[in-house]
Amino acid sequence: MKDRLTEELVAMRAAKELKPGDYCNLGFGIPELCASCVADGVVVQSEVGVLGYGPLYDDDEVDQMNPDYIDAGVHFFRYLPGMSFFDLQVSFAMIRSGRLISILGGLQVSEKGDIAVHNKGEEKISYRIGGSVDLAWGAKRLIVAMLHNTKAGVPKVVRDLTIPATARGCVDLIITDLAVMEVTGKGLVLKEVAPGWTPEEVIAETDAGLIVAADVREMEF
Amino acid sequence: MDKVTTATEAISMVQDGALVAINFWGPGSPKYLWQALVDHTAKDLSIYTNNFWAMPDDIKAIVGPDVTSIADKTIRYITGFADVKPGSSATCDKIIQRVHEGSLKFESLSHGIFMDKLYAGAMRLGGFYSPIGVGTVIEEGKEKRVINGAEYLFESPIIPDVGLVKATTADTLGNLVYTGTARGANPVIAMASKYTIAEVFDIVKPEELDPERIGTPGIFIDKIVKIPEDDLQSRQRRMELVKLRIEYAKALEEQKSQGDAT
Repeated sequence: MKDRLTEELVAMRAAKELKPGDYCNLGFGIPELCASCVADGVVVQSEVGVLGYGPLYDDDEVDQMNPDYIDAGVHFFRYLPGMSFFDLQVSFAMIRSGRLISILGGLQVSEKGDIAVHNKGEEKISYRIGGSVDLAWGAKRLIVAMLHNTKAGVPKVVRDLTIPATARGCVDLIITDLAVMEVTGKGLVLKEVAPGWTPEEVIAETDAGLIVAADVREMEF
Repeated sequence: MDKVTTATEAISMVQDGALVAINFWGPGSPKYLWQALVDHTAKDLSIYTNNFWAMPDDIKAIVGPDVTSIADKTIRYITGFADVKPGSSATCDKIIQRVHEGSLKFESLSHGIFMDKLYAGAMRLGGFYSPIGVGTVIEEGKEKRVINGAEYLFESPIIPDVGLVKATTADTLGNLVYTGTARGANPVIAMASKYTIAEVFDIVKPEELDPERIGTPGIFIDKIVKIPEDDLQSRQRRMELVKLRIEYAKALEEQKSQGDAT
């Protein structure tokens, strides 16, 4: 078994897509890890109602925490100059406005840019939809940061979704522990591979058609 | 017209069959009023909430009731996000069983649609067409319409019988001031609901609030309840709650399961 990237490295690679001045929202899972490695000047939004918030506190810094400064995932954040607060109506107007770059986790992504972020399990009676439908639909650019395969080894990058879609035709870029792939009009283009992996090896782990870019290269962080 | 009262008194007018809206997200979650609703006798309730986070029973015993604590008196949950884990608690398993039997309805929206429906209710609209969820599970059973070449889904408005909201400070007229990420869905729940109860840390005289800082004008607030200072939800004790919550998150991390990323 070849080594794959850690979740932290996937997050670091995803964070490189964000430039100073960009507004972004980081979803649950691997995207949350991007928060600690985004460049200065990237403005992070949390859908619970804050734009431009500061770094998160560690659990042992409880005495410094402000109980009114809590993000969507119930983490306590610091003040940052330029930060603003708002209610959920303003927050979702922001999310749907096409002004935010959104990084989401995913269960499956298709070569057409369809994404499934949640599933209805055998005994589950409800979909875990949350803000993902709005975030995927409204993003200026939708980046998916996830593992390439399930724990059982099943490819998560597929021709067609086999589980219910969160949004269709919205994904721009897929970053996994094996590769970086771009959704284009011609199909899914393999642009980067994890260190030590060849395009052929990545293709073998993928259920979608992959077009290998002429300048395919190794991922950098 | 005295709006200031106790939680028990304010909640006592919630009747059987009521549709109750509550913000369950961030520091603006009215947990003190929720406790009073859980203790109240009204049954056959419908609960409209942005988050359905079910806590394990042992943690509920420490931090207070969660969204499932009212399940026995509820016939319908409408949620923006729901995480109903089989086996996570006896309450959760019972909810799943009741949904399969048909004695409890469970409806999933998105966080954005949760807000849209309240806004439509507040503005007394007949409904609206939304582009969110086309081609996904959200479109099941909804009327589809093409407008300017794009597909939209019909969504109906929500006008809750009772809205439970939380703010930092109220004056005796019901004007509310929010802080930090405690705004949440509170302002729109207050506007959409027929009867709104606000819980706050402090109640002050009208002249003590800056009119420029009012997040919800008092006209939308029917009853105001101050959280008692010895309650875990009070300003005085909320850092204790933060510490308990951190311990809870750690416990959750340990039992991290499910493959879902949300």
